Amino acid sequence: MTETTTTTTGGGTSTVQPVLEGRGLVKTYGRVVALDGADFALYPGEVLAVIGDNGAGKSTLIKALSGAEIPDTGDMFLDGQPVSFKRPTEARAMGIETVYQTLAVAPALDIATNMYLGREVRKPGPLGSVFRMLDGAGMRKSAKAQMTELGIGTLQNMAQAVETLSGGQRQAVSVARAAAFGSKVIILDEPTAALGVRESAQVLRLIQNLRERGMPVILISHNMPQVFEVADRIHVQRLGKRAAVITPKSVSITDVVAIMTGALQVPAEDQMLGPVR
Amino acid sequence: MTYLTERSASRRRVWFYPLLRKAGVVTDATATTAGYDAAEEFLDRQSPIQRLQGILHAYPWLSPAVVLVVALIIFSSITSLFAQPGNLGTITQQTAVTATLALGQTLIILTAGIDLSCGAVMVFSSMVMAKMAFDQGVAGLPALFLGIVVGGLAGLINGLLVTRVNLPPFIVTLGTLGIFTSLTLLYATGRTVRNRELADELKWLGKPVLLPGGFTITYGVLVMIALYLVFAYVLRYTAWGTHVYAVGDDPDAARLAGIQVNRVLLSVYATAGVIFGIAGWVLIGRVNAASPNSGIDANLDSITAVVIGGTSLFGGRGRVFGSLIGALIVGVVDNGLSVAGLDEAYKRLAIGTLIIVAVTADQWIRRARA
Repeated sequence: MTETTTTTTGGGTSTVQPVLEGRGLVKTYGRVVALDGADFALYPGEVLAVIGDNGAGKSTLIKALSGAEIPDTGDMFLDGQPVSFKRPTEARAMGIETVYQTLAVAPALDIATNMYLGREVRKPGPLGSVFRMLDGAGMRKSAKAQMTELGIGTLQNMAQAVETLSGGQRQAVSVARAAAFGSKVIILDEPTAALGVRESAQVLRLIQNLRERGMPVILISHNMPQVFEVADRIHVQRLGKRAAVITPKSVSITDVVAIMTGALQVPAEDQMLGPVR
Repeated sequence: MTYLTERSASRRRVWFYPLLRKAGVVTDATATTAGYDAAEEFLDRQSPIQRLQGILHAYPWLSPAVVLVVALIIFSSITSLFAQPGNLGTITQQTAVTATLALGQTLIILTAGIDLSCGAVMVFSSMVMAKMAFDQGVAGLPALFLGIVVGGLAGLINGLLVTRVNLPPFIVTLGTLGIFTSLTLLYATGRTVRNRELADELKWLGKPVLLPGGFTITYGVLVMIALYLVFAYVLRYTAWGTHVYAVGDDPDAARLAGIQVNRVLLSVYATAGVIFGIAGWVLIGRVNAASPNSGIDANLDSITAVVIGGTSLFGGRGRVFGSLIGALIVGVVDNGLSVAGLDEAYKRLAIGTLIIVAVTADQWIRRARA
C-alpha cells in the first residue's frame, strides 16, 4: 500500500493524494461475495480503466463508488475526507457523476433539458421564486457553452430532441452532462457498449478532452483496445479484489487477459499503484 | 461546403425556418462549424414527408388543429345554423366538462398512465358537494371545497396504488372506477339533488357570460380555460412539468437523473384528482343538478379528447392545448351532426375513426424520428 497516504502534511513525501479512494471494500449479496476487501485509488487528472471478467466485482465496485450500492464494510475517501453514500444523488452532490451504458437520456426531451434534468435552473427574481419559472434560455446557453468546451461541434441546436441524435451524439450529451456537473470525478460505465465504431471513436475523443481539462475519469470497459488507447492506468479486478494495477505501456493486451483470468500474477514492483505523473 | 452554407443561408429566410429548426429538421451547424459534417449533409437530404414528420413531431397539436378547422368548415357549409354565435357558444358549454376532465387525463397520460376512474371521481365529488350542502347543512363554499378535496383524495388513492403497490394504472383505475361509482350510488342512495335543492355557490359555473358578438359562454367555460392556462404554464415552464414529461418519456433515465419518479407520479394522480373534483363543480353547473347516474362515458370521452389531441399514450409527448382541441373536435362533431339533422350514429363513426387515425399518426411520428 504505497499510494494511500492521506497525511501529506509531513512534507518529505512526494505522494499525491488520491481524488477518490476505497480501502478494504466488502459487499456480499446473500452468500455471493461480490467485493472481498477491494482497494481502489483514482489520482488527479488521470483516466483509470477498470477491467475484469464477469463476476469479478467491477460493477459492484463502481456502484459503491457512485452511491448506487452501500458496501458492507470498508472506507471510502474523497479528496482524503472519509465519505459514505446512501444513494447516487449523494455522490452526485459531492461531485461524482456517472454516465451509464444504457444511454440514460429521455429521448423526447431536448438536449438542454436533458443536461439539466433533475437540476433545473430557475429564473432570477420573482418569476423564478414565486412563479417557479425555469430559465430555459439560460440553460440552453450554458449547455451550448459546455458542448463547445468539450469540442462537440456537431451539436449546435440545444432545443433539438435527443431522439433525433445518433447513439454517439446521445452519449455525448450524457458525457457533457456529467462534465458540466461532475466537479471531482466522472465515472463512465461501458460508455461505448451500445455504439458503433465511428461513434465509439467520438466518445473516446471526449474522454481525452476530459483528461486534457484535468478531470479524473474512471472508465469501465470490456474493450481492451479502447482501454489501451485512452487509459493512464488499468485497474484489474479479480475475485472481488484488486488483482493488479498496470499501465498500457508496461503490459500487453494478452498479459492483461492473463491477469484477469488469474493465469498471471504481477509482482508488486511491476505494478503502478501510485500516480503515473 | 460553400454550396451548403449558401443553401442554408437562403433557407433561413423562409418564414417557417424557425419551425424546422425547432423540429430538428435543419440545424445551424453549416454556418458555424468549420469541417464537413456528414450528418448535416444527411439531414439536408430529407424528403418532404420526413420534414412533415419532423414538424408534427415538434408540434403534436398541429394535426388536431387542422382537423378542428376542417370540421368547422364542413359543418358551416352543411348548415347555416351551425356557425351562429349562439350555437358556437353552446358548443363550448357542452365541451367544458369533457375538456376539464381531459386536462387531468392529459397529466396522467403524459406519465404513460391512464385513468378510467376520472368520470366516477368527478361524479363522486359533485355528489359530495351537493349532498353536504343539501343534507348536512354545510354552507356552499365549504361543501364545494370538501368535494374538491374528495376528488384529490380519490386521485391520491389511485396514485398510491400505482406507486406503492406497483400495479398498472389501467388495472388500478378499472378497479377504482367500480369502487367510486358504487360509493357514489350508496352515498347518494340513488337520488338526484335537483336544481332548487342545490346551494347557490354550486350553481355559479352554470351562469351565463355574454361575450360581444352574441356568444354566450358560462363561468364553467372560463374556469376550464383558466385551468388549461395554468397547467400549460406549469408543464412548459416549471421543473415539475419537465419532470412529468421525463417520467413519462423514460422513467429509468429520469430516475438516474435524480428525479424521484414515484413522488412525481403520486403528485400527478393527486393533482388530476383535484382537477376531476373541479370538473364535478363544472358538471353541476352544466346539468343544473347532481345525479349519481351522470357521466357514464365521461372517462372514455376524456381519453378520446386526449388521444385525438395528439398526446401519446406511451407518455412523455403532448400538450394540454391539444386535449382542449380534441375535446372541441368531439363537441363540434357532436353538435354539428345534430344541428344538421344527421344521424347521431355518424358521431361515433367519425370519432372512432379519428381515434384510430390519431394513434396511427402518433406511431408514425415516433417511429421515424427514433
